[in-house]
Amino acid sequence: MNDQLRYYLARAAARKMDRRAFMGKAAALGVASTAATGLLTSAVQAQGPTRGGHLSVGLQGGESTNSKDPATYASQVPFMYSRITGETLVNINSAGELEGAAAEEWSASADASTWRFKIRSGMQFHNGQPVTAEDVAQSLRRHSNEDSQSGALGIMRGVASITTDGDTLVLQTETPNADLPYLLADYHLIVQPNGGMDDPAGPIMSGPYRWVDDEPGVRHTFERFDGYWNDNVAHFETIEILVINDATARNSALQSGQIQMANRVPPSVAGLLARAPGVEVVSTAGRGHYVFIMHANTAPFDNNHLRLALKLAIDREDMVNRILRGYGSVGNDMPINAAYPLFDDTIPQRTYDPDQARFHYERSGHSGPIDLRTAEGAFPGAVDAAQLFKESAAAAGIDLNIIREPNDGYWSEVWNVKPFSASYWGGRPVQDQMYSTAYLSTADWNDTRFFNPQFDALLLEARGELNLVRRKELYSQMGRMVRDEGGLIAPMFNDFIDAYNGDVTGWVTNPNGEMMNGFAPVLMWSAG
Amino acid sequence: MHPILKLVAQRLALGCLLLLAASVLIFIGTQILPGDVAAAILGQGATEQALANMRADLGLDRPAITRYLEWLFNALQGDFGVALSNGRDIAESIAGRMKNTIFLASVAAVVSVPLSIFLGLLAVRYRDRWPDRLISAVTLTSISLPEFLLGYVIMFVFSVKLGWFNSVSNINDGMSFGEKLGAVALPATVLTLVVLAHMMRMTRAAILNVMQSAYVETAELKGLRRFTIIARHAMPNAIAPIVNVVMLNLAYLVVGVVVIEVVFVYPGMGQYLVDHVSKRDVPVVQASGLIFATIYIGLNLLADIISILSNPRLRHPK
Repeated sequence: MNDQLRYYLARAAARKMDRRAFMGKAAALGVASTAATGLLTSAVQAQGPTRGGHLSVGLQGGESTNSKDPATYASQVPFMYSRITGETLVNINSAGELEGAAAEEWSASADASTWRFKIRSGMQFHNGQPVTAEDVAQSLRRHSNEDSQSGALGIMRGVASITTDGDTLVLQTETPNADLPYLLADYHLIVQPNGGMDDPAGPIMSGPYRWVDDEPGVRHTFERFDGYWNDNVAHFETIEILVINDATARNSALQSGQIQMANRVPPSVAGLLARAPGVEVVSTAGRGHYVFIMHANTAPFDNNHLRLALKLAIDREDMVNRILRGYGSVGNDMPINAAYPLFDDTIPQRTYDPDQARFHYERSGHSGPIDLRTAEGAFPGAVDAAQLFKESAAAAGIDLNIIREPNDGYWSEVWNVKPFSASYWGGRPVQDQMYSTAYLSTADWNDTRFFNPQFDALLLEARGELNLVRRKELYSQMGRMVRDEGGLIAPMFNDFIDAYNGDVTGWVTNPNGEMMNGFAPVLMWSAG
Repeated sequence: MHPILKLVAQRLALGCLLLLAASVLIFIGTQILPGDVAAAILGQGATEQALANMRADLGLDRPAITRYLEWLFNALQGDFGVALSNGRDIAESIAGRMKNTIFLASVAAVVSVPLSIFLGLLAVRYRDRWPDRLISAVTLTSISLPEFLLGYVIMFVFSVKLGWFNSVSNINDGMSFGEKLGAVALPATVLTLVVLAHMMRMTRAAILNVMQSAYVETAELKGLRRFTIIARHAMPNAIAPIVNVVMLNLAYLVVGVVVIEVVFVYPGMGQYLVDHVSKRDVPVVQASGLIFATIYIGLNLLADIISILSNPRLRHPK
């Protein structure tokens, strides 16, 4: 790098020269614009975060029916505003480790069934009222109440009692649970005054930003809360979320600079968008996966030969290339991949093998077409994926009959109801939670009807096992069981594809969720 | 009683009956759709327990007829209740959205109605010559293209490439009138292009029809300018069909612009209604449906009255 460029770079990073001027100077020195953007980004990051400025985020996944009540959060926009305005007990950072948020420190009893969380002192709600252990306890109680309509009810079910001891929250679990703190990072479980028992949808939270305007399905605005305990986050003065459900509109708004970040870039245009000047497309390998689920207790899927035949008859590589356009990785018919802690990478990868599939199909004794139900809303590209599946299965002599269902009512009438359908899973922070949510015999969402007492016993044993080597071994056995006997066909794990433009910087890859697990607005800062 | 007043009263009464029928149809429609509000709100993550809790909480376990009558009784007193999905006051939410929808529709109407009538007159004046052909070609092209494509093209040129306007037409109460106008410029342009052809073609056809009359020939023989004949003599007698088409298009601008709202992220009624339909939020769907039906019926009533007033034979019946 020559001295002149270095000089300009320093000036631009120190904001004595604006971005556009720097790009012009760099171009005059013969530096390609992509290289100049990269240089400037790293120079600005080296300067550390700067405070101030306004951020507009354009997001898919908001409806005019959204509410501020954390129990109702389900789509991407509420997920994001939970991160912006709310505070959970702990957070999971980009390395998959726990960080204290409302809890300063925590510890477990030796049998991992009693957990003590010391609530951070000096925290306050947006109305100035201090956050007490009782507020936290009440919040968790509201979400674990059987009468509640909370999306976190399933997570809270294993917690037997919630009590306080001075400034400490004490949780007692029904069975030993070494992963409990991970579960408490769930975005529903944010602290509200008196747990939101008095005003569930009230605007008072305790996160880094406070609510200003709330127009569900249109826009939500926030301003920085000066009483927030952590000075290292919340760099923007004000944040605005614009609900832009249309992908083309979102990308246009990003390119024209009206918004600085966008979620859910469709894989089909990610390459094109990345070539637009000043736009950075970031793809994050996560834990979400697109699946075809068979009910393992319903004919003809109650025959493991047929299940194996179908698992072998799907061309995973082809699906990753065509449905995800390469923004993803192949799945191995279990809900776990390398993004999870304690993943065993020695489990062999299942591949497309029409001959083996034919062998198992003939052993199963089944004949005639098999109905596979799908819908555009099951996952992006679900209808095309089903067609690809039909083709690759036909080569093995298996006749799949694709039934296209309407998006409307798919999750209530088809998924978890019909014996063979397309679906998706968003992934969970730890293996235990994923398996407990959908593969335990008693799980509410056991959408593959997988009932295996041996598996259940292993799961409970692993949950209370504090020895990591032993635990990894147990998870490996469980993974192999689901892979070889379960009703899950998991051809691909999808990446999160997000985008931001040169006005903001500080992106850190976080595999726990899209947009840096929802923290992008809180952790990134203005590039000036 | 004056016959016109009597007619208006009759039409109004008929309109109210139609509204009642519409509200029944809308209610039945939301009952037939698969899934209910509880399943729609909780989505894939619903557990049986959570569903049952929510149904009981929202009163969905009561018979449909009870819920309908209760709603009707309250609606007649101006109380639309609260949305099942997020507990907000429906009348209040709709008022904000409706204001935006009317604003966009008005801007589009103020541009498109005079423009289409003027272009129609121009097309008649230069009938079968190049201005006529050009106007027809352009307007027919713009009506043939799907709205969203027109939207994307206009957005790409004027927002992404030229940077003159925002691609997101978000408006809120904090904006001045000028800012709001700037924000809706692109969607209003697209809407104008979409409704232009229909009104323009009808104006042209209706006037050409009248141009065959003997009195137009008389006017020509008097030596009047051709454009004056069209505007002063032919136009008033062609007003009835034109008004009907204009009203249909105005109604469309209010009730049919969901696609444009989605493309330009405009906070109007369309998106609001679609969100609540997909959540089976029956009270909101009924309230919105009722308002849309009112506007549709109202505008058609207005069209009828104007065509009657413009026709002396109907104005002074024997």
